[in-house]
Amino acid sequence: MLETRLTLKAEDIDSMVQGYQVHRDVYTSNEVYQLEMRHLFANTWVFVGHESQTPKQGDYFTTQIGNQPVIQVRHTDNGVKVLHNRCPHKGTKIALDREGNTGKFFRCPYHAWSFKTDGCLLAIPLKNGYEGTGLDKNENSKGMKAVGAVKNYRGFIFARLAKEGIDFEEFFLDSLSSIDNMVDRSPAGKLEVAGPPLRYMHKCNWKMLVENQTDTCHPMVAHESSAGTAKKIWKKLGSPKPQPPAMQIIAPFMSPYAFFEDMGIRTWPNGHGHTGVNHSIHSDYSAIPGYFEAMSKAYGESRAKSILDENRHNTIYFPSIMVKGPIQQLRNFIPLSPDKTLVESYIYRLIDAPDELLARTAMYNRMINAPTSIVGHDDLEMYERAQEGLMSDGIEWVNLQRLYPGKEEDFSKEAVENGTTERQMRNQFDAWRRFMTTTMPQSTVSAIEAAE
Amino acid sequence: MSDISKDDLIDFIYAEARMLDEGHYDDWLKLWIPDGHYWMPLDYKQDDPLFVTSLMYEDMFMLKLRVERLNGARTFSQKPKSRCHHVIQRPFVDKLDNKEGHYVTNTSMHYVETRLDEQFLLALTATHELKRIKGSLRIANKRVDLLNSDAAFGNIQLLP
Repeated sequence: MLETRLTLKAEDIDSMVQGYQVHRDVYTSNEVYQLEMRHLFANTWVFVGHESQTPKQGDYFTTQIGNQPVIQVRHTDNGVKVLHNRCPHKGTKIALDREGNTGKFFRCPYHAWSFKTDGCLLAIPLKNGYEGTGLDKNENSKGMKAVGAVKNYRGFIFARLAKEGIDFEEFFLDSLSSIDNMVDRSPAGKLEVAGPPLRYMHKCNWKMLVENQTDTCHPMVAHESSAGTAKKIWKKLGSPKPQPPAMQIIAPFMSPYAFFEDMGIRTWPNGHGHTGVNHSIHSDYSAIPGYFEAMSKAYGESRAKSILDENRHNTIYFPSIMVKGPIQQLRNFIPLSPDKTLVESYIYRLIDAPDELLARTAMYNRMINAPTSIVGHDDLEMYERAQEGLMSDGIEWVNLQRLYPGKEEDFSKEAVENGTTERQMRNQFDAWRRFMTTTMPQSTVSAIEAAE
Repeated sequence: MSDISKDDLIDFIYAEARMLDEGHYDDWLKLWIPDGHYWMPLDYKQDDPLFVTSLMYEDMFMLKLRVERLNGARTFSQKPKSRCHHVIQRPFVDKLDNKEGHYVTNTSMHYVETRLDEQFLLALTATHELKRIKGSLRIANKRVDLLNSDAAFGNIQLLP
């Protein structure tokens, strides 16, 4: 099988990550991408969707885990299942539309093989044609394949493609506190997806986007064109108050380096981490009439205060999502090829909270994350220039050395550091290397040595 | 005060498209009334600009920021600059109320935007809500429905 003939071995992957630098092949090589899909995206827990996207039995929506087409569906037992979107017969995608309701079973549109919503085979037309053929001994006769494992964490659906591997809690550890905080911001402790996601195509490697979420030294440079111009126009208008929404949302990107240094970055093992330990650009977002009262009623005043005092900026759930708790937003970085990434940006409604919160969340999403967003334009330009620039053979290594301690770092423990460190990027590559190689063959030489 | 004719409305829509194509943004901003909004929905037949995501829902401050940014010294995504081109079909005049000074047009367009070696085409329908202010037409609201609003796009940097 041609596609499976990949030549890189675990030690090659290991050699691409060297403490403070990574080889550009991690962003540009098609083989590395294929290995990421086969190993990294199979061995880790990857975001699929939110349970409110499939509220009723038979509701489904289609998406991808890495390059794997999958269906999230509400089964007849009310559980959420994640199935490979492929008919076990000839490979036809079972569902093509982005969302819908399939009733009690899926039916392939090609030859009408049908399946329960947990994937089990229900019926094949003219089944006697398979009598004595041995079909029942093939995995093709077992129905639509489910992913290795599924976890519904407070409404967020994650999947591990591999059957065996790290547990959900063991993988995410205390990083789950950011999802907790986002959900706790609802007086009912519940979120609901609000409309379809923005879909923004980037001609760059997915890891550039993930790294940029905790890159606190780019906003005042790359976004000067949008945030700096906003400030200038506002001043020219005589600094009117209240500030126009664009000022509240975009202008904080121009905060000085000291603001971002003091903000802090926390890293957790397995590649997770967040900016905004002490404060963030979202710190002043919660003062909306009636909200604190509703929160106090639900949680008691001191607990409500502690929930709202948490103002984490961007939390990376490695490998491929970012969550903004204070504004109920999730960005999903879906790798389509080494140089193509689809970014889907979702927003969620806080059940029982005032509508103004959702209005600001929607505004933030369109101002920052849309293909029509001026802030988005600033970022995409940098990613795509980097993707092109990395083809240069002048220098082969990408530098991640800001606030590197000068010796090998220990990523196995949680750490809080200066908000401009690139430690979180290094943390991601530490996890990248480990989850890539756990299921990869060692080099031929060492495999023989191991056998001896 | 003289009445606005159907031709006046149609000429206005054509003139606006030309301003955008030729990059006369200062003139274009002057077409708007101060509390106008430029809305580009994300979903097909979306009826809510506020509580779900749109591609754009921009007030005058945001529009001013958008067009001023295009000329900024450090606007790297506009080095080199994008160019755009509207091909518009004769607008339908859906409302012509000279008594209230209130008008609505519906215009199909093909919009092309280019930068460097890339060029893309969007098919869209623009709905203009116009008002007569001191005898002149002004844009009260503009809604732009992309035919493929739910597709994944790269940068759309100018104004369809």
